[in-house]
Amino acid sequence: MDSNSLMQFAGAVASGAVRVVDLTFTLSPDFPVIVLPPEFGQAAPVRIQQISRYDASGPAWYWNNLTFGEHTGTHFDAPIHWFTGKDLPNNSVDTLPVRDMIAPACVIDCSAQAAKDADFLLTIPIVEAWEKSHGRIPERHWVLLRTDWSKKGWRDYANLKDDGAHTPGPDAAVMRWLVEERGVIGFGTETIGTDAGQAGHLDPPYPAHHFLHGGGRYGLQCLCNLDQLPPTGAVIVAAPLKIQNGSGSPLRVLALVPGQG
Amino acid sequence: MIEPIAKPRRKNPLLRTRLPTSPPRARSRASHGFTRAAAEGRFMLQRCGACETFCYPARDACPTCLSADLVFTDAPRRGTLLSETTLHIPADVHFRERAPWRVGLVAMDCGPKLVTHLHADCEEGKSVVMSFQLDKSGQAVAFAHPERETSNMADDRQWREMTADPKFRRALVTNGRSIVGQEVVAALKAAGASIVFVGVAEPWKPFRGEDTLRALEGVEIVPLDIGDEKSVADLAADIGGKVDILVNTTEHVRSGGLLDRQGTSVVRDEIDQTYLGFVHLAQAFGPAMRMRGSDGVNSAAAWVNILSVYALANWPMFGAYSASQAAALSLSHSLRAELRPGGVKVVNVFTGPLDIEWFQTVPPPKVAPRVVANSIVSALKRGLEDVFVGDVAEDIRQRLAANPKAVERELGA
Repeated sequence: MDSNSLMQFAGAVASGAVRVVDLTFTLSPDFPVIVLPPEFGQAAPVRIQQISRYDASGPAWYWNNLTFGEHTGTHFDAPIHWFTGKDLPNNSVDTLPVRDMIAPACVIDCSAQAAKDADFLLTIPIVEAWEKSHGRIPERHWVLLRTDWSKKGWRDYANLKDDGAHTPGPDAAVMRWLVEERGVIGFGTETIGTDAGQAGHLDPPYPAHHFLHGGGRYGLQCLCNLDQLPPTGAVIVAAPLKIQNGSGSPLRVLALVPGQG
Repeated sequence: MIEPIAKPRRKNPLLRTRLPTSPPRARSRASHGFTRAAAEGRFMLQRCGACETFCYPARDACPTCLSADLVFTDAPRRGTLLSETTLHIPADVHFRERAPWRVGLVAMDCGPKLVTHLHADCEEGKSVVMSFQLDKSGQAVAFAHPERETSNMADDRQWREMTADPKFRRALVTNGRSIVGQEVVAALKAAGASIVFVGVAEPWKPFRGEDTLRALEGVEIVPLDIGDEKSVADLAADIGGKVDILVNTTEHVRSGGLLDRQGTSVVRDEIDQTYLGFVHLAQAFGPAMRMRGSDGVNSAAAWVNILSVYALANWPMFGAYSASQAAALSLSHSLRAELRPGGVKVVNVFTGPLDIEWFQTVPPPKVAPRVVANSIVSALKRGLEDVFVGDVAEDIRQRLAANPKAVERELGA
């Protein structure tokens, strides 16, 4: 690509010919985080502690101290997050190839199914049906599962019952197939995890984590505004923080979408 | 005969909120024996080890035989009101604002005579029952009660100055997710609290008892995550000016000490919830409470901490938890001193293991959450400062007084 095309692209972003869609929730203390049984270690919630705000602690400046777990808010999962990816090279957020941080996306709209069934599972036939309309999923593309889950209030969003969370996600077969047969670069969801709320009962448990990270692929979760993306043609910019040996990180996820004119 | 107090009207926003004033504060070191008695709701007098004479006020030598062997011991409470005096224009600012104020002279059945504050139903020549109370300066004073229950007894104006009665007061219970929190809410409502705000963290997580809590009249669920500075500050911005009683029902119990825990995340959670949560609450709600200590019938009155008795002596089976409780206990003493200018009490309720999930494997006796809740309300009504609930807490207290080193070895055995 010559520098001219790159400048053309920058111009298109500036003019709106390429639209930039923010797929990120605001990182805040009240956003739900993954809940594990209390006997396990827990993700530290997001805390924003003010250092000063133009006051006695700092008369001219405002700043905060932050604490949060790597898997809070809209966040990125690196292969090292799961045991299946623990021995892969370049498997943490500080070592993964930066070129993987920009990649196109296929958006599969399952919002109608998810509205009817909180435990909706994405399957191979559903993806094959999508491919009939939009073409085969190319290699090194993100697959983003649109469920409109991000539009819910926090309680319905987490949807915790006495038998665990009930949120949509992929089944085991489709995850293996996407990784092995379609070579996706990663899988993204609107829900708290890349896996369904009840995915602990699938075989293997948590198949999105299992197959994605075992195959050196990535996860994105707690995405929003997927309804603003076309089924194909969007480009995802997802650059996690460069945390030493980090298993993931909150991040700003942007989608570049062909604009109107 | 006492007229029942009326539910306070809404404040006139054109009027200045009266600042709290303190009654005389100076005490001798010896007389802090009464402070201890008042804090725990005991009636103690000095008694001479040599001649067995009870004496009052506090002395360094027996007034009868000059022996220095004066020991504070629990004493019989009955006496006779010899005389009463009504002060109409006291010189002291605190009492001038509260005049007319009745004091009296009581001859105790056990010997000494006490100058005392009087319940309105005490009559000259009649029997009275004595207690020591902590006044608005946090110091012990004698208080005479009628011998028998009279109508609306707790509504006595002078008595209410000594207590933090929930009646017509507004309370904040910081954690409505726990059974203890829910029982405290119910107990405060039963005691006549006009409204109970109940903090619920992470409202997207359902919890046991939620429907019952939401259905209670005069109970308002508010978002409150005490580990989050901003959440606490935001709630204080909304209701900080109308929290008269704050009950910190934070409950973060995890077993284990140091060596068998991997990493520090569990310890950190304990510190966040127990210590930093306390700091957040104190910084957000404390200043307004201190300022509102004389704000009428529903003045700010008390801050209640529920502490493990293992704050006083580490129980290694719950070693890190004990340490977090010790930290909260130490903070509570700072808070107590800092709230004292407002006349706001800090009540520490010490319990042994509670009958809750996190103490599942601990053998009985365990303290039922309802018992904790009732003890809190009782402490508020009686104006206590240190309360030991249940056999384990009382046992630890007594053993600590006898031999702290023995307690250390035995708890670590």
